[in-house]
Amino acid sequence: MKNAEITPEKAQAYWAKTSALMWTMLGIWFAFSFLVHVFAPSLNTIHVLGFPLGFYMAAQGSLIVFVVALFWFARKQNQIDEDFDVAEE
Amino acid sequence: MSEKGDFINNLGKIYGIYTGGFATFVVLLAILEQMGVPNRIIGYLFVFLTIGVYAYIGIISRTAQLSEYYVAGRRVPALYNGMATGSDWMSAASFIGMAGSLYALGYDGLAFVLGWTGGYVLVAILLAPYLRKFGQYTVPDFLGARYGGNFPRLLGVVVLITASFVYVVAQIVGVGIIASRFLGISFEIAVFVGLAGILVCSMLGGMRAVTWTQVAQYIILIIAYLIPVVMLSAKVTGVPIPQIMYGQALEKIQVLEQQLGIAKGHATAFADARGNFSWNSAVNYFALIFCLMIGTASLPHILMRYFTTPSVRDARQSVAWSLFFIFLLYFTAPAYAAFAKLEVYQNVIGQSIATLPAWVQAWGQIGLVTIKDLNTDGILQLAEFSIHPDAIVLATPEIAGLPYVIAGLVAAGGLAAALSTADGLLLAIANALSHDVYFRMINQKADTKRRLVTARVLLIGVALIAAWVASTIGGNILFLVAWAFSIAAAGLFAPLVMGVWYKRTSNAGACAGMIVGFSVTMGYLIWTEFWGPGFASFWNGLLGDGSADIVKARGRDVARLWGINNISGGIFGVPLAFLVTYVVSQFTRQPSQAMQDFIDSIRVPRGSVKLADAHAKTD
Repeated sequence: MKNAEITPEKAQAYWAKTSALMWTMLGIWFAFSFLVHVFAPSLNTIHVLGFPLGFYMAAQGSLIVFVVALFWFARKQNQIDEDFDVAEE
Repeated sequence: MSEKGDFINNLGKIYGIYTGGFATFVVLLAILEQMGVPNRIIGYLFVFLTIGVYAYIGIISRTAQLSEYYVAGRRVPALYNGMATGSDWMSAASFIGMAGSLYALGYDGLAFVLGWTGGYVLVAILLAPYLRKFGQYTVPDFLGARYGGNFPRLLGVVVLITASFVYVVAQIVGVGIIASRFLGISFEIAVFVGLAGILVCSMLGGMRAVTWTQVAQYIILIIAYLIPVVMLSAKVTGVPIPQIMYGQALEKIQVLEQQLGIAKGHATAFADARGNFSWNSAVNYFALIFCLMIGTASLPHILMRYFTTPSVRDARQSVAWSLFFIFLLYFTAPAYAAFAKLEVYQNVIGQSIATLPAWVQAWGQIGLVTIKDLNTDGILQLAEFSIHPDAIVLATPEIAGLPYVIAGLVAAGGLAAALSTADGLLLAIANALSHDVYFRMINQKADTKRRLVTARVLLIGVALIAAWVASTIGGNILFLVAWAFSIAAAGLFAPLVMGVWYKRTSNAGACAGMIVGFSVTMGYLIWTEFWGPGFASFWNGLLGDGSADIVKARGRDVARLWGINNISGGIFGVPLAFLVTYVVSQFTRQPSQAMQDFIDSIRVPRGSVKLADAHAKTD
């Protein structure tokens, strides 16, 4: 039984780390899905390369953040798995 | 394909050759066009050759094994599963309709761009790795194993079918429209041509065949989407990077809007028709984003794609790749809208009607562009011009002055988008029926052969019903697609997320949450849509005047509660589902120790899954 190696304490500590990463990601998700866009009317007064910034954030900015955050998340979670020695063989 | 190891190891080479072959094919057709081959033949070649390739992949991927049929043998590498998810996700509406919505709605339309991407963050952090570790065949499987049996499983199946069926009908309508337009056959016949294209990809090989055709379809759809707008950008701005250069177009649009007296600008956020700040517009914008995101993270045809990766680690990586491949199309769509708008404001509005650009006349002939000289001055005013949303993507090749072969390419891309999504949805529905209903509830003793036969018969049955609905009332129910997101979100998100993340969630709690979330959302959608005035007077009586109002939509009086459009009905159902699940879980029997061990075992990547009920095992 491979599972026998994982003690309840270890499982708990692992889950605490995993949950913390989940909440961090959920924070990023919330900020770039909703929070940033609340300020769209004011951001729109700033122009970058012709883009009103509020429009840009909804059309591209948030999307880029989501993609980068997901690759970062996958790496970070793999690291946690390895630190706790619970990754798949 | 019998040498599976070889096939998987050579995926890069195989799809590389495939992409090169497709490029050669397009060049060849371009040459044929120059030699005077008529457009109609080019349209035929595009439609039948691409469907032929998908059919070939579908046939060589046939299988007689359950795990191949249901989860592609769990061998799909993260990157390729990402591509497959991309085309599974991006439908005819994304490919053809989205740019048009952005053209019409401006900033407000970006709710779709955000909503249909951000949901993948939720998929990655809350669900995909755990569903992969759970490691069975369907989403209702998880509900059955976690919440103790067939009742929650059946609830899952009901929500799944309600959300997915209309969605698949819409894809078949999309296939029918594209095929009829480019083949010159009637819509009803085109629907059944499309149906053959869909079935041949999925019937023999199930998930395995659908996976490898979806990868092939992704490659075609993304090439077809990018090429016209890249060329248009090069033509208009001199730089072939539309995603950056449309900033310039937005700037010019802003100047032209002032000249034309348009109060609500393309980039103006949260404004009413007169350009003033509107709370209602802001509230609906965020409510729609919320529903689309939660819906994305709840739709079974997407979640089941993450059952197919080799490991939990790959499942997480795969969500990131999925979003990347989806992002490529979605961050390009606003560029289509901006360039088209600039073209219309610059070269169409204010021009003499006799000398309008050729593309306006061409699309006017088939009714996608309408011109009415209301004041008979021979000059086209803004109010005299209207354009169908579908025409934005379809007309871009002609706006850019590209040869017909590019228009054919766009048709092939749209077809790929519609077929791939239809395949994924059909499989999700048929698998729920064959695995969850037939095998789990009706005949647990069925052997492999019988289960595969049942799966295929049900697949054909569901496909035929969907095609029949599409060909009879198809066009009139397209608006229902937007409902799928709210329905899936309200019915499935809470039990899935809480099943993993909140150990105390009890069987009764989850079932109550699903029933309440699903019924409240369905009730809101149907009541506001079809009995709007009754809804408004009931709620105004209950909560005081002004809490509900009526808007004209789709030729009906559609009601809204607190100004929330019914497309965002999930905003009521999703929180309610969480609340009910939580509260009922406090008052009902806690999950057993065996169930808690099961939850512990799916939270950790390593080790076996300890099912609380040994009967729930798949094989």
